[in-house]
Amino acid sequence: MPVESDSRPIIEIRNLDKFFGAFQALADVSLTVNAGERVVICGPSGSGKSTLIRCVNRLEEHSAGELIVDGVELNDETTNIRAVRMEVGMVFQQFNLFPHLTVLENLTVGPIRVRKISRADAEDRARKFLERVHIPEQADKYPAQLSGGQQQRVAIARSLCMEPRIMLFDEPTSALDPEMINEVLDVMVELAGTGMTMVCVTHEMGFARKVADKMVFMEDGRIVETAPPEQFFENPSSRRCRMFLDQILDH
Amino acid sequence: MSGATRSRKLMKRLHWVDFLIMAVLAAFFLYVWLQIEGKLNYIWRWDQIPNYLFFYDERTERWTANVLIQGLITTIRISIYASILALILGVILGIARTVTNLTVRMLARTYLEFLRNIPPLVVIFIFYFFLSEQLIAAMNIEDWAYGVARQEDNDVWEFFFGDMRRFPSLISGVIVLALFESAFVGEIVRAGIESIGRGQREASRSLGMSWLDETRFVVMPQALRKVLPPLANQFISLIKDSAIISLISVQDLTLKTVDLANSTAMIFEAWLTTAALYFTLCFSLSLFFRRLEARGKSAH
Repeated sequence: MPVESDSRPIIEIRNLDKFFGAFQALADVSLTVNAGERVVICGPSGSGKSTLIRCVNRLEEHSAGELIVDGVELNDETTNIRAVRMEVGMVFQQFNLFPHLTVLENLTVGPIRVRKISRADAEDRARKFLERVHIPEQADKYPAQLSGGQQQRVAIARSLCMEPRIMLFDEPTSALDPEMINEVLDVMVELAGTGMTMVCVTHEMGFARKVADKMVFMEDGRIVETAPPEQFFENPSSRRCRMFLDQILDH
Repeated sequence: MSGATRSRKLMKRLHWVDFLIMAVLAAFFLYVWLQIEGKLNYIWRWDQIPNYLFFYDERTERWTANVLIQGLITTIRISIYASILALILGVILGIARTVTNLTVRMLARTYLEFLRNIPPLVVIFIFYFFLSEQLIAAMNIEDWAYGVARQEDNDVWEFFFGDMRRFPSLISGVIVLALFESAFVGEIVRAGIESIGRGQREASRSLGMSWLDETRFVVMPQALRKVLPPLANQFISLIKDSAIISLISVQDLTLKTVDLANSTAMIFEAWLTTAALYFTLCFSLSLFFRRLEARGKSAH
């Protein structure tokens, strides 16, 4: 896969607000992600990080503001939404694999039904990506037969099979046992090496240091700090961000 | 385990209270029996009943099903067809109950509440007179069925639908019963759909799947698998409920029994035999489904 060098914005978030009833989950959030850029979003729980990336593929509808993904504005046009979703993969905290389908079927159902490619092509592609996430031998098993780490890698492969231009990760390691976290992070680091545009919500700061081009800190539905990783970790400008980092980097 | 040890174990589990209960029950039934014997002038003719199950046809020189078994076969036919139709309607109804579109949801809800709050008997008559009779008249099914009945080789038709001259009434029964049961199937399906976590839908959507693909390939296969046991029970309920369509003169087991009891005056024998036939059918299906379920569980 070629590494994209142009710094064209691929996600443009402008003045986004999101309300759940009376509760404001996002307040005036603006963020630009360039093609090939890797953004890590962190912050305390309830700060709106998940809500923000869920708006990017419209699993949540934003209440106000503008959101342009891959040149398509996300609004009530369902065709726009589907077009965007085809280009935006998402990995969930709870994996959300399809339990009634085998690993291989999990990986082929999207390409066959959405991209309309043939079953044989889809299976070739699925095996290629299973190889990429280092579990080619699990193709015929069902998700319940795999460990949490393996399931999450299948979930990553499932998204990659759609050959998306952007990958969103919503706390991909938070539901994993500690010994399985690294196998998933390794796959994500390798993916970062291919030049994929990635937006990750995670508390794994080691991973963030390794791959991030841009760090974003959120609190109470607002972006408090946006900085390159060196500056972010060594010398964050906001006190709240420093406190947060102290808390999670201490141990 | 041998029979002797098993019965010894059973004896150990029985308490003296169990024997007391059994003794009281036995005494009660004996008392009722003696009362009936003394007062009711009824001649039991159990020996006649087998003839109404099967009889030896002198003309074809073969054992042939008589009224009760004919009725049972009709009941089974109607139950199978009505179940299939009810499943199709129920899946549509169940999905309609869970969509975001308010009008669709309200329509499905109205249909359901209508069926839930009107006695089954009244529902059956309404469906019969307003829907299935009109439908059969409109589609000219009666003429067509008589046409088939006059044909020479209509074995296939007869196998699936019995006497083709009775086809319109059979179809009425199937439609009425299916409409009636679809509401319950719909509720079961809805429960199944709602048991599927939001994450499954979100995962399908994030892959760009349409609502239809998501429903067809992700939600429904899981939902239906989950509700297979209650669906099996509903199928058994449907067999029992099918007795009610005898009122719209479908020649099922119940109507045949009414005729038999009226024409021979063997009221007790006829109804007890019919009860036994329904029980055997439903109970064996129930055991069969239970075994399937147990096997399904151990397979996972």
